[in-house]
Amino acid sequence: MNRSFSRTLAAGMLAVIATTGCGGAAATIVMEYPGSRTRPATPADVAFMTKMIPHHAQAVLFAGWAESHGASRGVRVFCERVVVGQRDEILTMRNWLRSHGKPVPPAEYNRMGMEMGDSHHMMAGMLTEAQLSELDAARGTEFDRLFLTYMIAHHEGAVAMVDELFASFNGAQDDVVFKLASDISADQTTEIERMQLMLDAMN
Amino acid sequence: MKSPAPPRLAGTRRTVHLVALLATALFVTACSMTSSSFTMSGPTPDASERVPSPDPRVGLSGGWLDAGEAAWNVRLVSNTLPPEEFIGVTNSDLAFYRNYAIQGNYNGYTVWDISNPENPHIVVTYVCPASQSDVSFYKDLLFVSGEGLGGRLDCGTQGVPEPVSQDRLRGIRIFDASDIANPKYIANVQTCRGSHTHTVVTDPNDDENVYIYVSGSSRVRSEEELPGCIDAPIEDDPNTALFRIEIIQVPLANPAAARIVSSPRIFNDLAAPARHAEYPADSIALEARRRAAGRPPGGGQRTGPTQCHDITVYPEVGRAGGACGGYGLLLDITDVRNPRRMYAAADSNFSFWHSATFNNDGTKILFTDEWGGGSQPRCRLTDKYEWGANALFTIEGDDLVFQSYYKMPAPQTREETCVAHNGSLIPVPGRDIMVQGWYQGGISAFDWTDPANPFEIAFFDRGPMNEEELARAGSWSVYWYNGYMISSEIARGLDIFELTASGLLSQNEIDAAKTVILETFNAQEQPRFVWPPSFTVAAAYLDQLHRDNGLALAQINEARASLAEAERMSGQRRRSALTQLATEIDGMAPGASDANKVKTLAGAIRDLAEIP
Repeated sequence: MNRSFSRTLAAGMLAVIATTGCGGAAATIVMEYPGSRTRPATPADVAFMTKMIPHHAQAVLFAGWAESHGASRGVRVFCERVVVGQRDEILTMRNWLRSHGKPVPPAEYNRMGMEMGDSHHMMAGMLTEAQLSELDAARGTEFDRLFLTYMIAHHEGAVAMVDELFASFNGAQDDVVFKLASDISADQTTEIERMQLMLDAMN
Repeated sequence: MKSPAPPRLAGTRRTVHLVALLATALFVTACSMTSSSFTMSGPTPDASERVPSPDPRVGLSGGWLDAGEAAWNVRLVSNTLPPEEFIGVTNSDLAFYRNYAIQGNYNGYTVWDISNPENPHIVVTYVCPASQSDVSFYKDLLFVSGEGLGGRLDCGTQGVPEPVSQDRLRGIRIFDASDIANPKYIANVQTCRGSHTHTVVTDPNDDENVYIYVSGSSRVRSEEELPGCIDAPIEDDPNTALFRIEIIQVPLANPAAARIVSSPRIFNDLAAPARHAEYPADSIALEARRRAAGRPPGGGQRTGPTQCHDITVYPEVGRAGGACGGYGLLLDITDVRNPRRMYAAADSNFSFWHSATFNNDGTKILFTDEWGGGSQPRCRLTDKYEWGANALFTIEGDDLVFQSYYKMPAPQTREETCVAHNGSLIPVPGRDIMVQGWYQGGISAFDWTDPANPFEIAFFDRGPMNEEELARAGSWSVYWYNGYMISSEIARGLDIFELTASGLLSQNEIDAAKTVILETFNAQEQPRFVWPPSFTVAAAYLDQLHRDNGLALAQINEARASLAEAERMSGQRRRSALTQLATEIDGMAPGASDANKVKTLAGAIRDLAEIP
């Protein structure tokens, strides 16, 4: 047996509370949860989580346009899921970075940062400011077509980032990072197919 | 690698429900022939009973071992902490063998002796990290899934930092568990994508081997690490590791010789299926445009699905339900090594098809959508009922026909991970009832006999693990096993529940479910439940007729009285009385509003008459 994990339980067993059960007196020790056992954050994991936040944030931004830009019902439903799903994942990534004492990127996408040439925001598949403006100006069928085209590339970028993480030294050894990255890869691969079907249907 | 069961920390097991001083044996008597089942001791059958309002699951206080609890028609028999090695590490799926529950953990697995459900104890803690350590048991063999990148062949806990390494295990670990307190790690089968989950499949025509369907949703590993692992679109390389499942053959005489024997491409030529869900008009219009354009359904390049997340097999009916990317598949597995796709369903409301459960007759199937992978809160008030839920289908010939959604109905906080996850049937004869884990949404038992109108019949829930922040906890899976519902609590160990009688489920129905005794249970390989003839089963059918007005109450009471009388008799007198009663009940069928159930009841009584 190996106890290489640094955290020990002893620290968790602080609060001793005598309680009375419903059927009689029983001394119950309520332990304090020691927290999830985690490995120290590796550079590969920190880089992935840090970069994926603005990547997701941009998806949330332009998927949020579906309603106001006259998207078809199918695209609107799809976008609603993207907004809910990726916004929640942003929270997971921010919590992970915070709990490891790392800088936490903002949850909202900052278009101004792009204009100022903040190149580290440009991860695979992300839309340039010009593409965002083009999409923002489109309505109805044209919005659908552009949205699907750009979001497919955006999703492919996310899947590529997972591949890059898995090919990195010390990448995704952490359970939370592995699970999140695998979920992103599986969900977005499935969504790419879904979007391709919608795009095919338009042609 | 392994450690003996650690001494229990004094008092760490919470003695929350102390009512339980009844000596309850896990293996209940198969036939309650001696107890009288016909006096209505419990609540009167009542189809109108519903979840209490306001729902007590809303507003529960948070905490690890002191979270608030709400229970309805369920009693928490025991909650036992995981072994010290696994505290703070995710507990995963469960498998069962005799009086043992094997619980996976991202760092290994625990074998529990559950002979005394009030006080399960740890037989062995096996430390051998690999997420997610889904477990199955077959005869003397224990199979464990490894998918995470840190799993090692030598079971070390240091991880595998190198992206390409000969130390890494992604696939299936095989243990000889003939001495269950001392499992021996005897073999591995490495696969390209690792094993997120797996399914043990017994072939009725092959008693020398057992098979394992490997499912996974992770990326393909490098060819340098495992030769033949090609990550490419099928157009570019027909040998790609994508778009297939792996089938492992395990020779029972020499399990260490286990190997992959086929990699069926069950997704080939998958045409875009008609989506039901909320926008049928969209898909009809889509198909019309395709036809007009002379294009095959499905349009241009097919990209997915690339693999399945989970496959549930039902060998007795020769079918499997595959939850594969954006599709729910119905498979023909009569040739175990070469499953064939029969039907593919898609759903606008489903993001990622996760798992499947058949009803006992094999006429219905339920798929789950584990949206967010269990790491996200999908049961908030703002989350739609049909998202992250179950979709219920009837199986009609080779087709799946959508009927409805079911989602655990109590809104949860944003600090609670919650989505449809693993469960199993509860063997109540004459009804389709399932209990299911919803992570921090707790456990929910529901009736889906009428698949268009499923309804909840029992639940248990705790408040959030942490009121400030989303944390991982809750029921990974809950399965009915020999009279109890055993739940793998991700952060809090092992929960054991029992059902309590209500208007929606009578004591006779619960007792009848307890007459089904299994020696092994892996939820991904569904057994067909068979009820040994008993007065309890007959009484359960009578309660159902009562609840649903399937037969006039006077006739039901008459039958109850006759059965009670027969139960007091013995030998030939009893057999004659039962045979006569069965004939009388058959005669009631034509005038009954539920003639089929009346005939089923008559059959159950006739079976009882045949017991020597």
